[in-house]
Amino acid sequence: MFAFLARRLASIVPTLIVVSMLVFGLQLLLPGDPASMLAGEDRDEQSLAEIRAYYGLDQPIYVQYLRWIGGVLQGDFGTSLRIGQPVLELVLAKLPVTLQLGGMAFLIACLIGIPMGVLSAVRKDSVWDYAANAIALWGLSTPNFWLGIMLILLVSVELGWLPPSGYVSPFEDWKQSLATTIMPAFVLGNSIAAVFMRHTRAAMLQALNQDYVRTARAKGLSEKIVINKHALRNALVPVVTLGALELGALFSGAVLTEQVFTIPGFGKLVVDAVFNRDYLVVQGVVLVTATAYVGFNLLADIAYFLINPRLRQQ
Amino acid sequence: MSKFRTLMAAMTALGLMAGAAAAQTTMRIGLAEDPDALDPTFARTFVGRIVFAGLCDKLFDIDNDLKIVPQLATGFEWSDAGKTLTLKLRDGVTFHDGEKMDAEAVRFSLDRHLNAPRSGRRAEISVVQTITVVDPLTVRLTLSTAFAPLVAQFTDRAGMIVSPKAAIAAGDQFAARPVCAGPFRFVERIAQDRIVLEKFPQYWNVANVHVDRVIYQPIPDNSVRFANLQAGALDMIERLQPTDLPAARRNARLRVVPISELGYQGITINTGNGERAKSPIGSDARVREAFDLAIDRAVINQVVYNGEFTPTAQAVPPSSPYHNKNLKASARNLDRAKALMAQTGLRLPVVVNLTTPPNPDLRQVAEIVQAMTKEAGFDVRINVMEFASSLNAAERGEFEAYLLAWSGRPDPDGNLYVFVTKDGPQNYGKYLNPEVDRLMDEQRTIADPTQRMAVLEKISAITAADRPILYMWHRTNFLAHGQRLTGFVPVTDGLIRLQGVRLAAN
Repeated sequence: MFAFLARRLASIVPTLIVVSMLVFGLQLLLPGDPASMLAGEDRDEQSLAEIRAYYGLDQPIYVQYLRWIGGVLQGDFGTSLRIGQPVLELVLAKLPVTLQLGGMAFLIACLIGIPMGVLSAVRKDSVWDYAANAIALWGLSTPNFWLGIMLILLVSVELGWLPPSGYVSPFEDWKQSLATTIMPAFVLGNSIAAVFMRHTRAAMLQALNQDYVRTARAKGLSEKIVINKHALRNALVPVVTLGALELGALFSGAVLTEQVFTIPGFGKLVVDAVFNRDYLVVQGVVLVTATAYVGFNLLADIAYFLINPRLRQQ
Repeated sequence: MSKFRTLMAAMTALGLMAGAAAAQTTMRIGLAEDPDALDPTFARTFVGRIVFAGLCDKLFDIDNDLKIVPQLATGFEWSDAGKTLTLKLRDGVTFHDGEKMDAEAVRFSLDRHLNAPRSGRRAEISVVQTITVVDPLTVRLTLSTAFAPLVAQFTDRAGMIVSPKAAIAAGDQFAARPVCAGPFRFVERIAQDRIVLEKFPQYWNVANVHVDRVIYQPIPDNSVRFANLQAGALDMIERLQPTDLPAARRNARLRVVPISELGYQGITINTGNGERAKSPIGSDARVREAFDLAIDRAVINQVVYNGEFTPTAQAVPPSSPYHNKNLKASARNLDRAKALMAQTGLRLPVVVNLTTPPNPDLRQVAEIVQAMTKEAGFDVRINVMEFASSLNAAERGEFEAYLLAWSGRPDPDGNLYVFVTKDGPQNYGKYLNPEVDRLMDEQRTIADPTQRMAVLEKISAITAADRPILYMWHRTNFLAHGQRLTGFVPVTDGLIRLQGVRLAAN
């Protein structure tokens, strides 16, 4: 286990270095000069030159990169060009918000997707199966922003049940926090639930046809034990892999959802930063996201270990 | 008995406290973007100015007729042939940190606007050469050259006075805790979430402030911002979309406040910036005229903007005393447009590349312009480009025609000088007419409005013939608020002034 972990951790370092270079390079490909975005409507040559000099934008690219990555290694991600706050401070303030939203969305996705997948596999070709498939198809084909706006109009404007947007920290007021995040979490979790449902269904169908399930049934075990203990447990292995990949997708899905619901999280931070050419923020956010993505994959590998005894014996 | 009394007294006190807490009024305002740095010297966004309207008083303000009215200064006087401006300051004004607002604070703030590196204000007041404190309530500015628009500059961020003590102590971090002399003081800012201000009890005009707390919430999505207003989660929003107007007007609980802007929407033509200026539309004023005459502004206004905007042929809006009443947007005249094109002898169709930012309404405008001008022999090719990129392309001269708007300034100089003079930083098409340059410099030196108007009319006559910018319309900025909000006075700059605003209980 330890050697395995060490190997995986060692492979992360070069990945992140390449990611940092890519992030930096892609930023430079973006058309539009950050200095002129920063200068706003009242642009003149002198203020543009001062802005460039102040933020080091007049330096050669490699100097800019080395200066940035040097800072990052010491925990200094630079300062947001637009709002003047340290990037790390912004990232740390926004990260819990997106983690809360993502966590809730993931939970919703699991609670809806996995039972629905199991049900539809166990009751294959029944009304349950068709209904679950129809819901999954709907979930996959509904764009987040559309569903978000529809829910706001229905639940907040028409019915007045939940606040239409905004965010309250759970440490401030957990009830209000739940009220502000439940709708966006549902929107975000909705499409992932559909993916989970489809994969759980496929994996369950496969598992249910295996010999060990037939054996379990022949032993006279109850159907509940056969499904939950024998079939589902084995069927979950590919679903866990998928779950880790979808955690990454949660981050990207959060971009649109946070925009619609005005949740001051990671996604909103990066979108606003891209449009304002606040490149230090973009770099910081993408680097942190990439690190998280790599981290989730590592967690998935560890989860395999725990779920699948064969891997432990290797 | 005494225990009972104590209990009663405690309960009464609690009741009073609860009453006081309930009477606290919080006004929530939905902004279309998150403002940039909250420091008047460096701030550069429109939404930032909305927050400053609550946070930082200025030397002067404007009213809805664009007249200059006193704020931190009570009056001004020109002398020395317009090269000296003496400002009289209001007595008894304190900053949010309790410091006194006096001539020294004004000198400090103006000096900071002028000399701080990266200052966004320097260009606005660069004519100021020396700032002298005459007495605690009098400041004298000497200028390098007479500059009539200077007082108008002091009605915006260049006129905002900050507490010297707080500014020196905070250094680079002043924007994180701005200290000014406005009706509300800064409480907290959570980036992209909210900016919170609270009533400043020592404000010089506190009798006119009836709200205890203001929360500005940036909500960029137009539909969501409007939905928040409908749901009662916000009390006021800015930039209501014309498409949401019917719903807003139908809703008995909402009030729509249309404000005709200070700026304009135009099509900037590249007449002299690099190779692309050699296009037919860039090199021949007759082609520009034909293009202009082929466009029916009234129809576009009706189709795209529900007839809410004001078609125009000039940079100065009707609300300004310097608006040229004789210069009207010409009606569509296809016959004349065709005749002009025939005169030029160019082979038709003449290709015009029109750069358009990706806003849906502007794309629609571009498409209608394309269809309209086609009838006069133009082949408009629409080049949709993200805003920041389009601006950079314009600076490099990589455009022929560019659908570009300007938010406007109270003084006509702010809508003209930087766009049509030789070295104007926003003269993207590098339009050059020495007579216009001379007249533009001349109007800056004339303090008398009538004389100045005469010169401005001469300028608009030349630019109307040269057409470096085809002025399209003055947009209307729609604010909307719930019915429990009263006392809001709209001013043509579209800012949300909080003096006089009241919020009834729910």
